[in-house]
Amino acid sequence: MRTHRPRRLAAEAAALLIAAVVAFPLYWMALSALKPAGEIQSTDARPWTLSPSLDSFRRVFEQQDFGRYFLNSLFVAGAVVLASALIAFLAATAVTRFRFRFRTTLLVMFLIAQMVPVEALTIPLFFLMRDLGQLNTLGSLILPHIAFSLPFAIWMLRGFVRAVPEALEEAAYVDGASRARFLWQILFPLVLPGLVATSVFSFISTWNDFLFAKSFLISDTSQSTLPMALLVFFKPDENDWGGIMAASTVMTVPVLVFFVLVQRRLVSGLGGAVKD
Amino acid sequence: MTHDTGRTAPTARRGPGPGPGPGSGTAPGPSPGRPLPTATASPFPSSSRRRPRRRPARGLDGGRAPWIYLAPALVVLGGLLVYPVYQLGLISLLEYTQAQVSGGEPTSFQGLGNYAALLRDPQFRQVLLATVVFAAACVVTTLAVGCALAVLLTRIRALPRLVLMLAALGAWATPAVTGSTVWVFLFDPDSGPVNRMLGLGDFSWTYGRYSAFALVLFEVVWCSFPFVMVTVYAGIRAVPAEVLEAAALDGASQWRTWRSVTAPILRPVLLVVTIQSVIWDFKVFTQIYVMTNGGGIAGQNLVLNVYAYQTAFASSQYSLGAAIGVVMLLILLAITLVHLRIVRRQGEEL
Repeated sequence: MRTHRPRRLAAEAAALLIAAVVAFPLYWMALSALKPAGEIQSTDARPWTLSPSLDSFRRVFEQQDFGRYFLNSLFVAGAVVLASALIAFLAATAVTRFRFRFRTTLLVMFLIAQMVPVEALTIPLFFLMRDLGQLNTLGSLILPHIAFSLPFAIWMLRGFVRAVPEALEEAAYVDGASRARFLWQILFPLVLPGLVATSVFSFISTWNDFLFAKSFLISDTSQSTLPMALLVFFKPDENDWGGIMAASTVMTVPVLVFFVLVQRRLVSGLGGAVKD
Repeated sequence: MTHDTGRTAPTARRGPGPGPGPGSGTAPGPSPGRPLPTATASPFPSSSRRRPRRRPARGLDGGRAPWIYLAPALVVLGGLLVYPVYQLGLISLLEYTQAQVSGGEPTSFQGLGNYAALLRDPQFRQVLLATVVFAAACVVTTLAVGCALAVLLTRIRALPRLVLMLAALGAWATPAVTGSTVWVFLFDPDSGPVNRMLGLGDFSWTYGRYSAFALVLFEVVWCSFPFVMVTVYAGIRAVPAEVLEAAALDGASQWRTWRSVTAPILRPVLLVVTIQSVIWDFKVFTQIYVMTNGGGIAGQNLVLNVYAYQTAFASSQYSLGAAIGVVMLLILLAITLVHLRIVRRQGEEL
């Protein structure tokens, strides 16, 4: 309204320029993964390639059991996402739909739990996993990550559970629905978009983790996960940047895809379900 | 409205991961004005059971039901979060090195000996200082970039806004590990494009202490400004248009409108993104570990989190590492408690 035309055009040009800068690292990653080996080493780093090749990807998958690590990572992240979503749904329902003693205390605890530096707990968790006999198994990654995703998932889900109108709950009970029936057949589908959105965060943090993998999967490399494999590849001195970037691309793409999918479901879910 | 954005912004907390996205910044919140549970709470136990049904179900007194719902979460958190934190504190009070782990020597109680050792350790003091300065630099830069771009987003039309938003979401969604490898590559002295574009020749960013920290800072800002930008943008959009029009009609300048109208309404949102950035940047681990190869040359780029890990696992001084972990925990706890106090003083509900 008050903005002058040339000013707005300047702002838009700046926005596009910034967008290009922000997107550049990801573009460069994908580009370098597709460049033939000779072009990456060459002195004039051209921002395009005329002869894309999948050599780097092939090398990554052949030199290491990358496919297996990918599946391991997917399995761990999937297990964490499912378990933490279910547990967080129940807990978020409890703290939003009921009134009980220690409710506020619990909420504060959930908030405080979010700031615990996960990395510092590697030490006691190592001993705990040893005592549970979970070292060198994927369980040693799944269990702690469920715990670390929960506080935030509960915190975030509260908003979604609260957004489901009370009238719906009353109507269900008047119609003779049991509490369990209301929980799983009415509340759960309505909160599902929120659950999916929340799961992005558990997915990301689990997918990204290399510290637990490094510390708990000591001897059994067949149980290794993607970030570990990427870091094995990551030797800047050896200059296999094509391989490193191909491995990075393989690790980044699923997250981007998941993110895009969730975006859509989140928006449609919110638009449809939460009408009073 | 303040009330609404203030409470919904935390849904996007925890910096680096992708969030619910631009459109949803204010969506999942409760509708304003709806009574909140604690506000309607009445004296508890048995009497409330006979409460007539016309009461809103929200404040339902479920007897044991909430605890049954909470049980799985409490079991998991108790076993895998609370117990390890307790263990961490315990280990920090013991003499616990490789000899004790393998059972060669009995563990002995050290009291606060490990903490005394930390205080005497000049490297610990240096790392603590570096952590504080580095986190502060990251927070300030992230907030400046994020807020500036949020304001920029309000000044442009839909298409460029979408483009910038998408680029930011891409950075946001990138896992910290791959973000780190890519940024190291971008700044690589031999084959990276940045040195070539800036004409820096074969200047090695990871060699010097400050340039290595700067490189990590770039990556941290890159992957965490989108959270600030999206949240603040949602906050600005939540400022009612009538208020801005009224200010304009009264002849307020843009600066004056910002200072007297927009900024006060944005305060809760800014508070949340600041605290979130502080907590997150104080805990940076992956970027330092990957980009500086575990803490830089001779540990010049160590921050507390990485230092604790290296002390425990690389030098097998588990009890000393645990003590560093406890120090970190206490600092973060203090920050969180200050945050809670401010939030409560502003009349926000939990």
